[in-house]
Amino acid sequence: MKILVVVKQVPDSTTVIRIGSDGKDIDRAGVKMVVNPFDEFAIEQAVRLRETRSDVESITALIVGPAQAAEALRTVLAVGANDAIHLEDQAFDQLDDLQTAALIAAVVKAGGYDLVLAGKQEIDLDSGQLGPALAELLDIPHVGVVTKLEFADDGKSLVANRRIEGADEVVQVSLPALITCEKGLGEMRYPSLPNLMKAKKKPVRKLTAADVPGFAEATAGVGGSTMHTLEPPPERPPGKILDGEPDEAVRELVRLLREEAKAI
Amino acid sequence: MTNDIFIFAEQRNDKLHPAALQIVTPAKALAEKTGGQVVACVIGDAIDNAATAIDKAGVERIITISDPSLAMYSALRYRTALTAAVQKVDPKVTLLPATFMGRDLSPRVAVRTKAALATDVIELQINDGGALDVVRPIYNGKATCHVTLPADRPAIASVRPNTFAAPSGAGGAQREALSFEPASGDERIDVKEIAKTGGDIKDVTEADIIVSGGRALKNEDNFKILFDLAKELDAAVGASRAACDAGYQPHTRQVGLTGKTVTPKLYFAFGISGAIQHMAGMRGSKVIVAVNTDPEAPMFRVADYGIVADLFKVVPLLTAEIKKLER
Ligand SMILES: Cc1cc2nc3c(=O)[nH]c(=O)nc-3n(C[C@H](O)[C@H](O)[C@H](O)COP(=O)(O)OP(=O)(O)OC[C@H]3O[C@@H](n4cnc5c(N)ncnc54)[C@H](O)[C@@H]3O)c2cc1C
Repeated sequence: MKILVVVKQVPDSTTVIRIGSDGKDIDRAGVKMVVNPFDEFAIEQAVRLRETRSDVESITALIVGPAQAAEALRTVLAVGANDAIHLEDQAFDQLDDLQTAALIAAVVKAGGYDLVLAGKQEIDLDSGQLGPALAELLDIPHVGVVTKLEFADDGKSLVANRRIEGADEVVQVSLPALITCEKGLGEMRYPSLPNLMKAKKKPVRKLTAADVPGFAEATAGVGGSTMHTLEPPPERPPGKILDGEPDEAVRELVRLLREEAKAI
Repeated sequence: MTNDIFIFAEQRNDKLHPAALQIVTPAKALAEKTGGQVVACVIGDAIDNAATAIDKAGVERIITISDPSLAMYSALRYRTALTAAVQKVDPKVTLLPATFMGRDLSPRVAVRTKAALATDVIELQINDGGALDVVRPIYNGKATCHVTLPADRPAIASVRPNTFAAPSGAGGAQREALSFEPASGDERIDVKEIAKTGGDIKDVTEADIIVSGGRALKNEDNFKILFDLAKELDAAVGASRAACDAGYQPHTRQVGLTGKTVTPKLYFAFGISGAIQHMAGMRGSKVIVAVNTDPEAPMFRVADYGIVADLFKVVPLLTAEIKKLER
């Protein structure tokens, strides 16, 4: 079995977001970049499958991003991927999420992957489009927002718990398939220093647009949204601190929630 | 491409998702601009009540696709069904609620219909060039961005729940039933069961009011006072990661970056400091109430109302006060 893990490099979750001077991107100076936290579950899950099953042949990590994204690949290689694909080209920066999925599909379509793992969403743009879109483009089933994943007794399909409102959908899906990962799956192990050193020697295939046959056609057929004009989040009007003894404050709170906020 | 605005009226067990009613509001506003109709699509098995409910929200046309194999959600069968309906109507814009189902389904339908897609949007309009312009939160709500979808291809957007109020209308929309034609391979996904995770209490993603507690609750037993309050308010109980990691509550109740993102009408944060990763999951709430002993707690900065006091005093008083209201 060949596993593909799709990762993205994103600003650390504690980053203070400042909007850049052109208003089209955030100010990236000094921002710490990390592996997208939901993608951490994906690589960890791949490694756990290899540890518990004898038929996992290889784990390949794939990233689309600038030169700096190699750091994220190194983390993922240190955690346990055998090799990696790094898609790096300025042309890729212009793609929206659906087009990025089309690019990845063009690259991996012939790769014979039985299982594709990705995070449920990226914590920078929060779109969550990549996993389901990639599955559609590869013409394979997917299960999204998975908190538990096991092989079915037949060994050819997976049983996944998918989180929905107030319940888990328990879904059986035949391979090849794509799974998007959510907390509940195991936390990523810490990449040790020796493993980070070894990761440097693992093979990374670098591909530009020219190396991807059918790149232009694949990405022209879908998507094409443009993100522009970033703004700080809408200001919340300053709140009211309700003074006085707790019982007075609570009475005032209930009155305000009813009469002013009309929330209860 | 027609000027129609199409909506996916998500239902489970013949009950419309509240967010499906809400998206009729922006759909009507868009249709006013394009001069098209609002067309709703209901997919499932027995779906009469759901179809009636979306009719009462004032849509102009309803397409139903009903089949026993659609009784439970499957990403493949539903994408096949929804794509067929979208292709029949050929709308300029398709809206879905940004729920678990809508978020799962929209990328597949976008690929299949060669559309452009924006997820989890909070504002929508047709610009002067006839393109769909949306606003969506990014970086966990730490910024918003404008996204323009190309005018020359269909646009799809999923809309964040509780962003718009549900409208009401006259009913009497024209109805038509489409038969379900599965695509080959649709059976590769098989939903075995829906296992309830929350017990009797509502889930944080489906409640209008959430009562959340943090590390300050100190143990699982103490959460009982929050459940008592939640019961009075018909609310869900949520928790911070610190509270979940400590085992006070299951992770299914965790709100935040690595928990659930919620946009209720009212969010109570009891003894939650307001770490950036917690706020990531709840800053889209309409009204926020913070109760904390520390006047400097960051949660007060986003709260509409705050009480600087011991939650163990405040919560029982609040429960008693709410009880009085009902009498
Ligand atoms: C990658 C990553 C992801 C994360 N994801 C999440 C997430 O999804 N959700 C999440 O919540 N956190 C998340 N966190 C953790 C987050 O950073 C905080 O550690 C966590 O939210 C703190 O929880 P807390 O507010 O309950 O605890 P604390 O920060 O310890 O705050 C407890 C608060 O209770 C107050 N208090 C104490 N006693 C009382 C009392 N008697 N009455 C009233 N107030 C009292 C204190 O003043 C304090 O403000 C994440 C962190 C990382 C690094």
